[in-house]
Amino acid sequence: MSLLRRYIVPRIIQWLIVIFVGVTVAFLVPRFTPTDPVQTTLMRVTAYGAINPEAVAKLEEILKDLYGLRGSLFQQYVRFWKHLLRGDLGPSLTMFPTPVIEVIRNSLPWTAGLLIISTIIGWTIGIIIGTFTTYFSGRKWTQILDTILMCIYPIPYYIMALVLVILFAYVLPVFPLVGGVGIGLKLSFSWTFVGSVLKHGFLPALSLIIIGLGYRVLSQKALVSTVVASDYVTYAEAAALPRRKILFQYVMRNTLLPQITDLALSLGLVFSGALITEYVFSYPGIGQVLYTAILQGDFNLMMGITLFSIVGIATAALIIDLLYPLFDPRVRYR
Amino acid sequence: MLVILKIVKDLIKHDKRFSVGLFVILIVLSLAILSFFSPYGPTVRRVVSRNLLPSFEHPLGTNSLGQDIFWKLTYAIRNSLILGILVSLISRIIATANGLLSGYVGGTTDRILSTITGSFIVIPRLPILILLSFSLRERMSILTLVIILAVLDWAWPSKRYRAQVLSLREREFTYTAVFSGMNTFKVVFKEHFLFLIPYMMADLISGFLWAIAMEITLSILGLSALATPTIGTMIYWANYHQALLRGVWWWISPPIIIAVLTVVALYMLSSSISEYLDPRTRLQRIGVKA
Repeated sequence: MSLLRRYIVPRIIQWLIVIFVGVTVAFLVPRFTPTDPVQTTLMRVTAYGAINPEAVAKLEEILKDLYGLRGSLFQQYVRFWKHLLRGDLGPSLTMFPTPVIEVIRNSLPWTAGLLIISTIIGWTIGIIIGTFTTYFSGRKWTQILDTILMCIYPIPYYIMALVLVILFAYVLPVFPLVGGVGIGLKLSFSWTFVGSVLKHGFLPALSLIIIGLGYRVLSQKALVSTVVASDYVTYAEAAALPRRKILFQYVMRNTLLPQITDLALSLGLVFSGALITEYVFSYPGIGQVLYTAILQGDFNLMMGITLFSIVGIATAALIIDLLYPLFDPRVRYR
Repeated sequence: MLVILKIVKDLIKHDKRFSVGLFVILIVLSLAILSFFSPYGPTVRRVVSRNLLPSFEHPLGTNSLGQDIFWKLTYAIRNSLILGILVSLISRIIATANGLLSGYVGGTTDRILSTITGSFIVIPRLPILILLSFSLRERMSILTLVIILAVLDWAWPSKRYRAQVLSLREREFTYTAVFSGMNTFKVVFKEHFLFLIPYMMADLISGFLWAIAMEITLSILGLSALATPTIGTMIYWANYHQALLRGVWWWISPPIIIAVLTVVALYMLSSSISEYLDPRTRLQRIGVKA
């Protein structure tokens, strides 16, 4: 009982506070930007010809209602929470009258699939490379690997993605350039469908893995270099324990804790999507949707996506906090 | 100034990465300076024949708009460098002032400043950048871009400077200086700045790298100052006119190659400087076992 009260409950309260503050900020930010969605839509409608002023005024009222822009800021805020608690994020402006929830539901699986897989692959490879190059530093092959990584790490993501596109879609046309799946394929569990998804996802995933690798290897190197210098590793080496045992059970295992935290946080980022990746590879994910929403001044959609990403990150942090004592016996429930 | 020169000389002598990085950067810089001697203006079109392969007359060929790619590139490098340097300088000035104030004054001032810094850190920067540059797109110029980028990039470095100051403040030599009657101003500038300068050099470079990357990112979304030649807008226009599909590879590759060379060289410089900061690796380099 005291475990629940002293460890779990305070963390859940903290989680609720973070989400509350985040949602409030997400509510305020679009309202302080110069784009006015109601006027934008009105302009688009009236551009096609004269409509009588009464109808325009009526339309303006309805639009204000749809975007939750009626009344004072505080009234808007209260109404926003009421709708939110019922799971109602309102209709999307650009894809009217599709509800925001449905737009997100359609695009999230693409992003989640791409990001979760490439994050986990990049994380694993990065940790292995980082551990080996630090532990065996000074050898020829580690120096070559280090140099390659030093050259990859600072390259801007877009340049990396563009080079991959040039190499594998123009010079050697092995991978398709646009979309998440071949044109005209229906959702099914057939080989053609799954194969097409994998083929379309390969280049975006590769670009994300390469770009994530640099950071992961560097942070792992920093962690390993402190562990390698510690007394218990020196002792294990002096005791002539097998190399493999030292490497995996003494060195790597002790660096995993901060890396697991990092992994969980980057998985929490899945909900905000990989905007540039999806833009470059025309991938039908949530980042692409967010980009269009920003350009079209689609308040409801922008807020919906921000909301998901805030909840995503906060929940990831909560889960790590709750699981920490399982990974690390040194952390007692305090 | 003398301190910086001494550090640079030391690094050239002992670290190969530093000298390679410096060499590449000097080449890039001289290309940027060449732009002042360009026979063509930065934005003119149809002054040379179109789509010519690289030749003696046009070292990097010409593009589909009738521009000489080499001279266009020199302008692009110049503008991108100016943008990067300005963003990095402005954001680091804000960061240093804020970090030092926060660290030295402490108390309520520190708490207020830290909260502001903290909220700037959690803001997702890319969506905000897109939102801002989209709503400013009619008035977008290099200078506007500099201000937007600088305002979004001071929070992290400020937090790091504060941490540095907090640790410097508790060191033994600070106490010795204070107890022997040195005034605070002198302690900060004569004692602490020596520690902060190499740190700032590495930090300035990382700010520069971020600014260059963000300019390229905004450019490909079509949200940068598209009329001004920069490395980003050069790539944007080459893509816009489908340089790749039409096989004009010599149009799109020079800005990509220059971007990669510049960031890698600068990264080499900054990692060599940060290693220099760490006494353990410095000892290793001279050959002393830790």
